[in-house]
Amino acid sequence: MADHLSSLIRAVDTADSSPRLLEAVQNLAAAHLEGAIPTLIGALSYNNPGAAVAAVDGLIQLGEPAVPALVELLDLHNYTARAWAIRALAGIGDPRGLVTLLGVATADFAMSVRRAAARGLGTMKWHWFPDHLLEIAQGEALDALLFVAQQDEEWVVRYSSVVGLEALANAISAANPEWRSQIQAQFEHMASHDSSGAVRARVWMAQQHLQSETVIQSGIEQLPSPLSATDWQMILEKLYERKGEERLVLAAGDPRLYRDLAGSIAQQLNGAQ
Amino acid sequence: MDNESDIRSDSSLTVDQAIANLQGEDLGLRVYAAWWLGRFRVDAPEAVDILMAALEDEDDRTHAGGYPLRRNAARALGKLGDYRAVPALMRALECSDFYVREAAAQSLEMLADGSCIARLRELLNNQIPGTLPAREPPQLTQPFDAILEALGTLGAVDAIADILPFLEHEVPRIQYAAARCMYQLTPNPQVANQYGDRLVHALANDDLQLRRAVLADLGAIGYLPAAEAIAQTPAENSLKLISLKGVLEKQLLHTTPPHLSDGALKVMVLMDDLL
Repeated sequence: MADHLSSLIRAVDTADSSPRLLEAVQNLAAAHLEGAIPTLIGALSYNNPGAAVAAVDGLIQLGEPAVPALVELLDLHNYTARAWAIRALAGIGDPRGLVTLLGVATADFAMSVRRAAARGLGTMKWHWFPDHLLEIAQGEALDALLFVAQQDEEWVVRYSSVVGLEALANAISAANPEWRSQIQAQFEHMASHDSSGAVRARVWMAQQHLQSETVIQSGIEQLPSPLSATDWQMILEKLYERKGEERLVLAAGDPRLYRDLAGSIAQQLNGAQ
Repeated sequence: MDNESDIRSDSSLTVDQAIANLQGEDLGLRVYAAWWLGRFRVDAPEAVDILMAALEDEDDRTHAGGYPLRRNAARALGKLGDYRAVPALMRALECSDFYVREAAAQSLEMLADGSCIARLRELLNNQIPGTLPAREPPQLTQPFDAILEALGTLGAVDAIADILPFLEHEVPRIQYAAARCMYQLTPNPQVANQYGDRLVHALANDDLQLRRAVLADLGAIGYLPAAEAIAQTPAENSLKLISLKGVLEKQLLHTTPPHLSDGALKVMVLMDDLL
């Protein structure tokens, strides 16, 4: 197996033309080996879109083990690699990508990044979130997705926000029925007012699904979250930071609540491990 | 959602300024103003008037004899939706500059006025004197793909005999344009699907540029049996999504909202996976 992996990696390293590189990255991605992660991550920076697409697909398939390296890539000043990393994180749905997705869904200048982020915000692995963090995170995702659905000028990004909102509506806990109503009201508006026929059609499909309670399952495994207490602590701090930045006056709740919550969740999780 | 008014107000030019620039001395500003009026769809009658006049421009020439201002004016006029431009664009089909003729054919397609069909057929058959070939290889004598696409959109069934030979043209891009056109012009669905299937086979081409062109063709005709193949084609997801959008929106023509056909539902499931 190790030999197999190293020969696949060598093929990527020694590829001397764009089609060969593409083929080598596709083969490496198809092997589903965690040892391939650094090389697949490297392929995001080659400035070869075909190879990057194949690498993103491979990283999404590998899922959670690829997340730390992807998050690291976000901090580098390589815009293209960062955009591909965001697409991979959106596809994986790992909570460690949440705050990045919240930021780029509404603001990135590349529509392919906004598109991937909008879907990813809905299809996040919500079942991994601890209860109290879940509510804050879903509230932020809802705000971002409603903004995209109302404001983005690209049909494909609005289409993606509909997919995200549908997934979010299914994940929203019973404790927040008003959030589900907000999504339904947004759908009702878009169903007749969105300028794109494709977007309107996707809204009709989402409405039918919500009405008949059809949940599109993407084969999500119901395994427990692999995230550490520190991971959750960081996500919460970043969410808190984001909320502080975007609103001087919070619509509901005292900001100190979240700070206290961060502490109590960390304690709970530390105690549990 | 129409955001173009916002873009207009953000932009450095204003409508009045663009119209003034197009009539000014500076050739660079003129060619930019012609593009700008099309980009922001400034359909004021005055803008259309000066763009039509720009189709006769003799000041702006390249070393090789091309007419950059005429090219931009011809492209812009297609986007403005003013049928007064049709006769001027038909005259532009006689221009010596290949790219002016190409832009004029594309704009005539967008304006969807059948009065130009006879002239397009003459151009397709290379019967208009004084038209020079493209300078880049393969140095086509005429912008055949643009002409074929226009004839298909305009429903030029009388032109079928002229179109059929292009299914075997040496340039693949032109074969595909002919297949797309024949799909649109063939009333019998079974026969039409043979042309659609040709395009589906063409998605297997090794050349990415050609695969991209075929994705656009399949989206333009909204060929439902191509949906799976479109989703599987090695190309950018954004282009596959645009192609599938064409297929989806064609499906919507056959149902009353919010009812969705099985085909539409299937296409959306494919699109969701490409986001």
